Amino acid sequence: MKLLVCVSKTPETTTKIQLTGDGGDIDTTGVQYIMNPYDEWYALVRALELKEAAGGSVTILNVGPADNDSVIRKGLAIGADDAVRIDVTEEKDSLYTARQIAEYARAESYDIVFFGKETISYNGSEVGAMVAEFLDVPYIGEASKLEMNGTQATVTRDIEGGEEVIELETPFAISSAKGLAEQRIPNMRGIMMAKRKPLKVVPPTDFPDTTRIAHYDKPEEKGSVKLIDADNMDELVRLLHEEAKVI
Amino acid sequence: MVLVYAEATNGQFKKMAHEVVVYGKKTADVLGTECHALVLGDASGAEDLGRFGASKVHQLKSPNLEKFDAAVYTVAVAEAAKKLGATVIVLSHNSTGKSICGRLAARLEAGSVPGANAIPMMKDGFFTVRKPVFSGKAFADVQLLTDVKIISVAGNSIPVEELGQGGTTVEALDITLPEPRTKVVKHQVATGRVPLPEAELVVSGGRGLKGPENWGVVEDLAEALGATTACSRPVADSDWRPHHEHVGQTGVAIRPNLYIAAGISGAIQHLAGVNNSKTIVVINKDADAPFFKAADYGVVGDLFEVLPRLTEAVKKYKGQ
Repeated sequence: MKLLVCVSKTPETTTKIQLTGDGGDIDTTGVQYIMNPYDEWYALVRALELKEAAGGSVTILNVGPADNDSVIRKGLAIGADDAVRIDVTEEKDSLYTARQIAEYARAESYDIVFFGKETISYNGSEVGAMVAEFLDVPYIGEASKLEMNGTQATVTRDIEGGEEVIELETPFAISSAKGLAEQRIPNMRGIMMAKRKPLKVVPPTDFPDTTRIAHYDKPEEKGSVKLIDADNMDELVRLLHEEAKVI
Repeated sequence: MVLVYAEATNGQFKKMAHEVVVYGKKTADVLGTECHALVLGDASGAEDLGRFGASKVHQLKSPNLEKFDAAVYTVAVAEAAKKLGATVIVLSHNSTGKSICGRLAARLEAGSVPGANAIPMMKDGFFTVRKPVFSGKAFADVQLLTDVKIISVAGNSIPVEELGQGGTTVEALDITLPEPRTKVVKHQVATGRVPLPEAELVVSGGRGLKGPENWGVVEDLAEALGATTACSRPVADSDWRPHHEHVGQTGVAIRPNLYIAAGISGAIQHLAGVNNSKTIVVINKDADAPFFKAADYGVVGDLFEVLPRLTEAVKKYKGQ
C-alpha cells in the first residue's frame, strides 16, 4: 500500500500564546515547536502499522519552510520511509495548503492520505476534507479505528455521543483521532537512519488567498475567584442560580 | 442570500440546527439580505425553522442522502447554494459540518472559517469572522476574501432566539446527486445524556478522584444537574473513563454555560479546552491548584465530601 501522511508543525502544547503589540500576529519568540500531536500519535503510527502488516511505503508531507525539516526528520525517525516538503515560506490559508497537497498527491496516486483530526494551532479540521474534494476521493473525519483487508477498509469514526462504522474502498483520505494508534517514541537507530532518508523539496503551485487573519486577541482574564466555604454548598447553588444564572 | 444547512438528526432538528439558523439570520442582517434554510433528506418540523429566522426553507430528498456521505452531502449543499444564489453558507461545526466544510470550500474555491464563535462583522471593508485558535488560548479575526463564503459555527456559541414566525413555506429542490462511495454499516449513539460538545452543563473529574470506582460522586452531581460528564487527559489515558470524555487541548474543546471541575489541577492543556466556558467552578483540596486562577467560583476541600454536599444542595434547589 502506498500511504501519505500529511503533517503540520504546531507550538508545543504547554505554550503560552503571546501576541505582538498590536495583535497583528503571534509572538513566536521562545516558542518551541512540535509535530501536531494528532498527525504524529495517530495518523503516522497507524500508517506505519498498515505498512508493517501489508507492505508498501509511508511518505510524510509537509507544506512549509525549511525550518520545518526538524519536525519532518522526527517523522522519519519514527519510521516513515521518505518525505516531501512543499517549499512555502509564508503563512498561508487552509485552501492554499490543501491545493499544494492535492497537486502533489494526484501525481503519486496514494491509496490512503492521512491527516490529524485538526491542528492544535488553528483548529480548522478542514484541510483533509479539502484535499479529498480536490482529489475526488471519499473522506472520513475523526477516525478512531481503521482496518484494511486488501483494498477494502472498515473505519470507525467519532460522532456526537457515539460512533459510526463505514466501509469503503481505496483510494480515500482520512483524519485521525485518539484510539487510531498508540504514540511511538523514536529510538536512537531510527534517529540515525532518519538523517539518511530522502527529503524532497518541491516548489509550490500558484493559488490565490481565500482568507486572511487580520487580528488576534486573547480571551479576557477572569476576575479573581470567589471562594465558597466547603460546608456551604447551598451558597454555591444560590450564586450559580442568581449571580451566574447558569442553573 | 445566506443559506444555512440545518441538519436533521434521525429526522429531528436539534438545538445545534436552531443555533445555525439564528446565526444565519443575524449574518443576513449584517449583509442586508435574507436567510434561507436548507434541509437534506426527510425531517419533521422543517416549516418551523422560520421561528429561528429562516424566511424560506428548501428541502432536497434523495435516496443518496439516507446515510451520511461527505462527498454526496457536499454536492447537495454546493449545488443548492449555486442554484439559489447564496453568497454565504452556514453549517454546524459538528462531525457532519467538519466533514463537509472543507470539501465545500475546495469545490467552490471559497474562503471558509471553521468553528466560528461570533456573528460576522464588516470591518475595514472586509467580511470578518472571529474564531478561537490555539484551542481557545487566543481568537483570530478572519477576513473572507472570496465572493462565496463558508462558515461553520461552534456549538453553544450563540443563544437560540425566536426571530420570526413558524409555518414557513418548504420548497422542494431538484438536484441530481452522485451515488455514495462509502457505506455506513453501523450508526450508534448513546441515548440519554447530551453529547459533550453540545452540553450546557458539564461535571468533570481528574486524578483527584483516585480511581474509576470513585466516579459515582461525579455522576450523582451530573444526574442531579442534568449535566454531561467529562474528564482530564490523565484520567482518559489511564482508561478510567472513555476517551470521548477527555476535554482539553488534545481532547474535546467545549464551551458550556457551567463547567464544574473536581480534582483537576488545571494544566495549561486542560484550560485550553475549557476556558471558553461561561462559568467555571473548581473543587480541589489544594488551595494552590493553578485552576483556581481560571475559575469564577472555587471550593477548597476534599471532593469526596464536597461533591455529595453539592449534589444534595442542587437537589434541594430543584425540589423547590
